[in-house]
Amino acid sequence: MAEKKTLRQEFTKGLIAENPVLRLVLGTCPTLATSTSMVNAIGMGISVTIVLLCSNIVISLLRKVIPSKVRIPAYIVVIASFVTIVQLLIKAFIPALDEALGVFLPLIVVNCILLGRAEAFAGKNSVIASAADGLGMGIGFTAAVFCMATIREFFGNGTLFTGADSLLGLFGITSFTGIEIFSRLPESLNIEPILIFILAPGGFFTFGLLMAVANRLAEKKGKKKADLRGCESCPMAAACALKGGCETEIKEEVAAQ
Amino acid sequence: MIKYYIAIVLTAILTENFVLAKFLGICPFLGVSKKLNTAVGMSMAVIFVMAMATAVTYPINKFLLIPNDLAYLQTIVFILVIAALVQLVEIALKRFIPSLYSALGIYLPLITTNCAVLGVVLLNVEKAAADASFGFAASMFNSVGAGLGFLLAMVMFSGVRSKLESADIPKFMQGLPITLVAASLVSVSFLGFGGVVENIFG
Repeated sequence: MAEKKTLRQEFTKGLIAENPVLRLVLGTCPTLATSTSMVNAIGMGISVTIVLLCSNIVISLLRKVIPSKVRIPAYIVVIASFVTIVQLLIKAFIPALDEALGVFLPLIVVNCILLGRAEAFAGKNSVIASAADGLGMGIGFTAAVFCMATIREFFGNGTLFTGADSLLGLFGITSFTGIEIFSRLPESLNIEPILIFILAPGGFFTFGLLMAVANRLAEKKGKKKADLRGCESCPMAAACALKGGCETEIKEEVAAQ
Repeated sequence: MIKYYIAIVLTAILTENFVLAKFLGICPFLGVSKKLNTAVGMSMAVIFVMAMATAVTYPINKFLLIPNDLAYLQTIVFILVIAALVQLVEIALKRFIPSLYSALGIYLPLITTNCAVLGVVLLNVEKAAADASFGFAASMFNSVGAGLGFLLAMVMFSGVRSKLESADIPKFMQGLPITLVAASLVSVSFLGFGGVVENIFG
């Protein structure tokens, strides 16, 4: 980061220009797995945002204390602690969400977005900039998952915000349980939800289409297409770099055979 | 009893395939599936680490965490144990079995923070908590099955991708979008396995 960016820029870059899911292609597993309903997506998005914000702040505070050789395990401990806190809070207050997200809640620990931001940003920048970066990236992640979930829930289940009472229950609102759409259409149209959209194949398909749209928009602005960047997006790149970079080594090995 | 274990392995490979049904380990699935030999190498390393991780974390959970009421520390303990284990395995392989190291070594650091490995460990613990008969052996079979499922998905998908390279793809779909759509079609084929295992062994 050569030039100093303003706080506003640190925050907004995560929303669109460097959206973690659609531009940096990080955190694909939770994106696919938790976008089956809009409520799950919001719950997951908020959990990731909270962990990202807190871990970015703490890692940035500790950046001068942590020796660079053991920084990855240190980052993992910080992230895992916050994940455990969030997990216990959700288990206590929103048990339905805990059940819906299942193993993906503890798996935030190994979400590339968190370790990636810690390594690429929080370990090198001031506390306030890191907080802005974490918040922006978290909201960018939430927005992308929410987009996917809207498409998948609408086509796959024929509803919007189904099960919203589990989240709104926190604020004492239990009357709103989602909007039925397909079942309200006249029966003569005979429209059924396309179940496959909330199954695994629909996840890959929707993500592919969203990625195509994001690439198209990026191209219009003269930016590069999003693609898996090998080492750059991989949080373990540092460990690989000791051996000359993972991507180059794999290529050499392929060439050798 | 053997039937029970075969059912666990087949379920993990076919109906609950880690990549195509559970969305775990998508990064390596998309990232290193371009060539068949890297896909196989990566999957072998994943199977190896999954089995090792389960073998180590299961006793830690059962004899250390649960008796001391520390089960809430599972996530943090498991990820640290896996990270340390991968490092140790890497060093040990480099020193004692260089041939295996040269085949799997380059993939090992990538696997530490792979959600498939932590995922299988956490799912095993979850299953063991829900069902008392799901013991150490069942956990091991489940882990190896999950790894084999990962291998199957990687190998199948690397075949699909090699076909994609010579295909005429519309410009806006080139690159990652078409790869994801192809993954979606491979995943559809695995939907067909739903109920197969229950019907054979049920």
